[in-house]
Amino acid sequence: MKRDLVIIGGGPAGLAAAVSARKEGLEDILIIERDIRLGGILNQCIHNGFGLHTFKEELTGPEYADRFIRQVEEAKIPYLLDTMAVDVSYDEKNGEKIITAMNSEDGLFTINARAVILAMGCRERPRGALNIPGYRPAGIYSAGTAQYYVNMEGRMPGKRVVILGSGDIGLIMARRMTCEGAKVLCVAELQPYSGGLKRNIVQCLDDFGIPLLLSHTVVDIKGKRRVEGVTIAEVDENRKPIPGSEVFYECDTLLLSCGLIPENELSKGLGVNINPVTGGALVNESLETSIPGVYACGNVLHVHDLVDYVSGEASDAGRNAARYIAGNASDAEGYVIRIKTENGVRYSVPSVVRTGLMPDTLTVRFRVGNEYRDKNLVVYLDGKQLMKLPKRIMAPGEMEQIILVKSKALEIISASDMADHELVIRVEDK
Amino acid sequence: METRELTCIRCPIGCHITVELKNGEVKNITGNSCPRGADYAASEVTHPERTVTSLVRIKGGERPVVSVKTEGGVPKEKMMDVVKALKSVELKAPVHIGDIAAADIAGTGVNVVVTSEMAAAKKL
Repeated sequence: MKRDLVIIGGGPAGLAAAVSARKEGLEDILIIERDIRLGGILNQCIHNGFGLHTFKEELTGPEYADRFIRQVEEAKIPYLLDTMAVDVSYDEKNGEKIITAMNSEDGLFTINARAVILAMGCRERPRGALNIPGYRPAGIYSAGTAQYYVNMEGRMPGKRVVILGSGDIGLIMARRMTCEGAKVLCVAELQPYSGGLKRNIVQCLDDFGIPLLLSHTVVDIKGKRRVEGVTIAEVDENRKPIPGSEVFYECDTLLLSCGLIPENELSKGLGVNINPVTGGALVNESLETSIPGVYACGNVLHVHDLVDYVSGEASDAGRNAARYIAGNASDAEGYVIRIKTENGVRYSVPSVVRTGLMPDTLTVRFRVGNEYRDKNLVVYLDGKQLMKLPKRIMAPGEMEQIILVKSKALEIISASDMADHELVIRVEDK
Repeated sequence: METRELTCIRCPIGCHITVELKNGEVKNITGNSCPRGADYAASEVTHPERTVTSLVRIKGGERPVVSVKTEGGVPKEKMMDVVKALKSVELKAPVHIGDIAAADIAGTGVNVVVTSEMAAAKKL
């Protein structure tokens, strides 16, 4: 099979990318989705709060997904469900990407594509990556797995619950499990600040009187066949448990909400350069990876807080992929700017900007590594201060962004005598 | 004079707001750093509302449960009443987004609507 554009993943990123590529005039698109329906994880996120930016109203996850699924259906963009992409490779001779996929009807098959959009999303950090001592009894779930059981299958994983990690899914599940009749004893968070949105702390914990224990972690899990309880201890500034602070909580379930990791097995197999900070691909201004014609967007690129931002980013990727296929993506003219993040800024997406392909305004998204209050966010281009934004608060749990104006950047670069152009984003004292 | 402490959720700053009330009326709001915080605090202490999202059982569907939400906010203290009332609701597939699952839930005057498309299960 030959296709112009193959999109791997039919969640919010893949759907928005497909719709946007079609709007740009691209006909030949195929979405590959491993689940039996489009929409991805949004289908199990039955709480509201999605779409305030995209649709100016508050939707639940399935409703938000449905808006995009309808657009895909109306545009008659083909998709394969229940189909797993197992490999992507790159033929340097003709620039084709070869996707190997499988499903129960067609077996194993390959698709030769001119461009690929990676939109596989992310996975939860599992227990094995957390080094929690104790046995391995039943009753330990990632928060998202519990969410699937409750919201999709109508089954309850347990009755007395402790949640480790204050990521948004964990907070949402504290409320869900409480509404379904479980007793949620507490949410323990290793860091001195929460990883979740403030809104979720108020509406999912405070509303139900569920305590949030900051600077606390699980140090032991009791139970051989089934969880019987967990021991929680306070940690010091080096995140080491403080002896004597241990408290035992009798429970039958432990939910883990300890971070999300972009799912890049396919990207790595393809040989895409990965940013060790995000676990996602390194991309340029077009959201193109180190392999020409391979784009990445959404949580497979870097984990987002809001699906609205995923949709926005994915639209950009879809449009850029369509332009690449139409042959409008040559970057002969212009400069290359490398983006360096330091002093509290952990990474940026993109990490390279080719001014020849830069739109008039370019959104650069990034995260800080710590909670900062009353600081300046300062951006330098070739040593010259480009912007200085006073920030009341910046936190690791809230993605930040700056808008680069092309004309302004070009003005500075053309006056600069540097051979390599560098944009630096950093946190500075006021 | 009664005082209430709350965390503003209008933006990531999360101001700790103190509201002074007299006979249920807002007298003074402190701790907020913008007018949006004052709005939030005033409505949150006088008539806090929440959209409730939950599940109801469904017969003959692809899955045993389907997601629903209250069409608007319900008084915060009625949240659990709404959730409990939904336990006795059972729908029949197919249902579509926006279908009314229960009218005037738990005496709140608010309707509960379906938020997922759910086809009838395929017959084998």
